[in-house]
Amino acid sequence: MSRRKLSRRQFVAATALSSAALITAPYVRGAHAAGKLSIGFWDHWVPGANKASTDIVNAWAEKEKVEVQIDYIPSQGNKNLLTIAAEAQAKSGHDILAMPTWWPHAQAELLEPMNDVMEGLIKQNGEPNGTVKYLGQSKGKWLAVPASVGSQIKGPCSRIDLMKQHAGIDVKALYPAGAPPKADSWTLETFLKAAEACQKGGVPFGIGLGETSDNVDTAGAIFQSFGAALVDEKGNLTVKTDAVRQALEFYKKLISFLPPDAGAWDDSSNNKWLVSGRGALIMNPPSAWAVAKRDAPQVAEQCWTHGFPAGPKGRYAPYLSYFWGTWSFSKNKEAAKSVLRALSQADAIEKMCVASGGYDLPCYEKLTTLKVWQEEGPPKGTLYHYPNPHNHQTLSIAAAPAPPKIAQQIYTQATLTKMCLRYSKGEAMEKVLAWAEGECEGFMRS
Amino acid sequence: MADVALRPNRAAAQTARKRSSLHNALRRKSTVAFLMALPLILLIATLVIYPAFYALHLATLNKSMSRFVGLGNFEFLFKRETFWLVVQQSCIFAITAVIFKAVLGFIIAHFVHNIPAKGQRKWRGMLLVPWVIPPAMSTLAWLWLFDPSYSAFNYTLSFFGIGPIPWTGDAYWARFSVILVNIWVGAPFFMIMYLAALKSVPEQLYEAAAIDGANWWQRIWYVTLPMMRNIIAITTLFSLIVTFANFDIVRILTAGGPLDHTHIFATWAFRIGIEGSDIPLGASVSLFMVPILAVAAIFILRDISKRGNEA
Repeated sequence: MSRRKLSRRQFVAATALSSAALITAPYVRGAHAAGKLSIGFWDHWVPGANKASTDIVNAWAEKEKVEVQIDYIPSQGNKNLLTIAAEAQAKSGHDILAMPTWWPHAQAELLEPMNDVMEGLIKQNGEPNGTVKYLGQSKGKWLAVPASVGSQIKGPCSRIDLMKQHAGIDVKALYPAGAPPKADSWTLETFLKAAEACQKGGVPFGIGLGETSDNVDTAGAIFQSFGAALVDEKGNLTVKTDAVRQALEFYKKLISFLPPDAGAWDDSSNNKWLVSGRGALIMNPPSAWAVAKRDAPQVAEQCWTHGFPAGPKGRYAPYLSYFWGTWSFSKNKEAAKSVLRALSQADAIEKMCVASGGYDLPCYEKLTTLKVWQEEGPPKGTLYHYPNPHNHQTLSIAAAPAPPKIAQQIYTQATLTKMCLRYSKGEAMEKVLAWAEGECEGFMRS
Repeated sequence: MADVALRPNRAAAQTARKRSSLHNALRRKSTVAFLMALPLILLIATLVIYPAFYALHLATLNKSMSRFVGLGNFEFLFKRETFWLVVQQSCIFAITAVIFKAVLGFIIAHFVHNIPAKGQRKWRGMLLVPWVIPPAMSTLAWLWLFDPSYSAFNYTLSFFGIGPIPWTGDAYWARFSVILVNIWVGAPFFMIMYLAALKSVPEQLYEAAAIDGANWWQRIWYVTLPMMRNIIAITTLFSLIVTFANFDIVRILTAGGPLDHTHIFATWAFRIGIEGSDIPLGASVSLFMVPILAVAAIFILRDISKRGNEA
């Protein structure tokens, strides 16, 4: 039996070689070595749109060796809001949860800050629009990551033929496909005249005055066009101002040209109005057009999505943003942040926008000119101006600039549309304003 | 030593006594009933009592749920115009709907009772359909019938030169619509309860009344109604609670609009608590139903037990 003595020099060499081999060897991990992650996504209206999110997440999970569970939670019946409320109460639930508009602020104390994620994304994708900053940030802290899925602008969708026939307006000329808008003449005054003409022509504008978001969003944009806000950014009441009075006067005139049952409209009413061919204009994301494309192609071929009319204080359009939030009690925050980065890459966002037929709208400045909006049709170019590619209108949300927790109450309680309805039904202006002031005072309770 | 010697016997006797008392307890019907009901009691404790106390706790917190405010939320509600509108609408909704459900149920039960036994089952089955279908589903059908722009009712009425009626667009028509749907859903429950009560009224009483020369109305007033009083009271109480706490019909049909005129406690609590992220205030609104229903329950149940004792 021969025994070989290991010299000190040989030992050092062997150790160095072993270490190098270990470091350079492939990093072998188990299938789910990086743990589990549960995600609650918003269940998309558009058939097949969920698949794009699933594919992106699965590709990420495969690469990162994370076991992922995705639940698609519908907003039908406010199931998503109930889930948010329940998880916040239970301090347990999904690691990532899709939250609409006001919910990052409503749950601000329970959300993991996303500044580290957002810094990188802003460098890559450009600045998010002002509404997203208003809804997604608090005291310099990003409460959640803006989601392209579900985010939308509720601008006008006009019937090219009916607007030309009854109001003498060529919407395609105002908002040409592939070019900046030539819409200086597209003001609230023109809008009102067009509403009157279309009503006389038997195809009234389909703008509701109910209590759901479509109705409130339009009222919000029109109020902002007059510079009218019920509460300012510092939380002061600004109900009894000339701007609010002007907005109410405008709405009173507009209501007389709207369908008589507009006070009972919900979010589906304007869609049905457009698809049935009874109206010349609605305020919606392209979902109504997409339904028309399927159910009434002759209507879809005449639809043109474009910008809001300008008021004395500017041109505003309602932007509703979705967010992806991570609870502070989430069990896998690092994995959550990693998948949110993956979902917010430009190519991933484009995939989701394409899957939704152009419905989804990223908030980043570099991503408002994707091909999908240029190519979708018929008619080709109908969605070109949907993502506001030329920034010719300010994106905002009803009840802004009030502090978000107060604004949420104004928005949810539909204070704006209620004011318009009350005034149009003959209630005195000052009484309406006093009522709204009382409501807003109540919304300020902390 | 004697003590020591006696002790095991005493212990054995005690154990035997305990065993026999346990045995007796287990043989008692009430114990068996209690044990059988225990899973349900535990279920109720978990799903009803705990949430009820949790709701009480929530109602005492401020909006961000960080501070105890006692009855502050209730105080705040009392100052809100919308709250009083909701109180008013809840009362109108529940009382009107329950009265109509009771009257209709009573009338239909009489009709069905008078149908020969052979065909009665078919009618009973058909008449129960509105109550058996999940209200959320049937209300969706009503929503289509009442749709502001495409209402099937208005379309039909237009052939007779009537309308269009703003079923859900006008505050008063909207109130009428939600009450109508509630009656449609709930009347069969009254019908089936009253039918069961009618079947239990002894035929001899009617024969005696007929011998005494009682007419149809007198037979109803002096025989049927007194015999059905308890069932009427219990059904009314049950329905009042359910109607007061209704959510689905109003939520689907009008969502509380127009101008909050159809909101009832549950829908307004949902609007404030879930949609408006003010869970403590939402909890306070929903808890407001408790004292109102408790008063109704006390009066009705006291009446029932009084008559039970008299009997």
